[in-house]
Amino acid sequence: MDKQTNPCGAAQVRQIEIRRVRQDDLVHVTTLDERVTDIAKPDYWQDIFERYAQRRTDERFFLIAEDTAETPEFAVLGYIVGEIRAWEFGSAPSGWVFAFAVEPGTRQQGIGEQLFEAISIEFRNAGIRTMRTMVPRHNQLHMAFFRSEGMVAGPYIQLEMDLDE
Amino acid sequence: MKLQISSRLAIFALIELASDPERQVSVSEIGDKYGVSAHHLAKVMHTLGRAGLVRSIRGVGGGYSFCGNARRTTLLDVITLFEDTSLGESEPESDAESTSAEWALGRVLFEIDDTARATLGSITIATMLKQIARRKAASDLKTAVG
Repeated sequence: MDKQTNPCGAAQVRQIEIRRVRQDDLVHVTTLDERVTDIAKPDYWQDIFERYAQRRTDERFFLIAEDTAETPEFAVLGYIVGEIRAWEFGSAPSGWVFAFAVEPGTRQQGIGEQLFEAISIEFRNAGIRTMRTMVPRHNQLHMAFFRSEGMVAGPYIQLEMDLDE
Repeated sequence: MKLQISSRLAIFALIELASDPERQVSVSEIGDKYGVSAHHLAKVMHTLGRAGLVRSIRGVGGGYSFCGNARRTTLLDVITLFEDTSLGESEPESDAESTSAEWALGRVLFEIDDTARATLGSITIATMLKQIARRKAASDLKTAVG
């Protein structure tokens, strides 16, 4: 049995603070993303920070989960990034989540849930009533998480094509 | 998409038991609720027991209780115990054996199957319980307001 869960699956909750990202968090976000994806993308995260944490912040939300322990192993335990998008193929304004991760060793402790709830509140406060995301259908970790938070298949289908075919 | 009756019964039984893992529920109790014979359900419960998802307690007041991990057990895990979920698992390849039309139709059917499998593989018993709780809360609110 997973030591962080009981047989019913109820998880322990770690003491964290959910807040807007700051410049000095960025290195932690970048390394967390690298630990999760095995790809270092410092330029990408710097660009995301400039666009989502410094501009139009009433409709763009870049939130992090900070470990509030005195000497944490990892300062940032998770992040979620989203924005309000409107009128794509007639879609009324909705909240879009396009980046999300939780430190692998601290999953099942309510961190992802708190990040998800925090960005939901931001969207609700901005007058938004629908939240969307897009995940690879074989990414069971993200699919299962978003499902557990109540997300279901929406009215849009993601399509793509191989341009070399 | 259609599920075999055993798969449906297994999912119903697990939801029933996982909603209160401390509670022991008899086969006839679950059977009465879903209108199925205790005989059919007993076979389903036996399979769930062998998979380590439920445990049976003998004697007076005995029955079954949930002993799996509700946050880790997906609908696909349960369905796979009762039916073959691997059909069309790999994307059809363009080969000389099949006509272009057969290949094109195979690709469409693969897309449907693959999406269905991914959906079932991402929904856990805990997620089902949450969904039921949300529906009940919404219904209670409607009753209180109306």
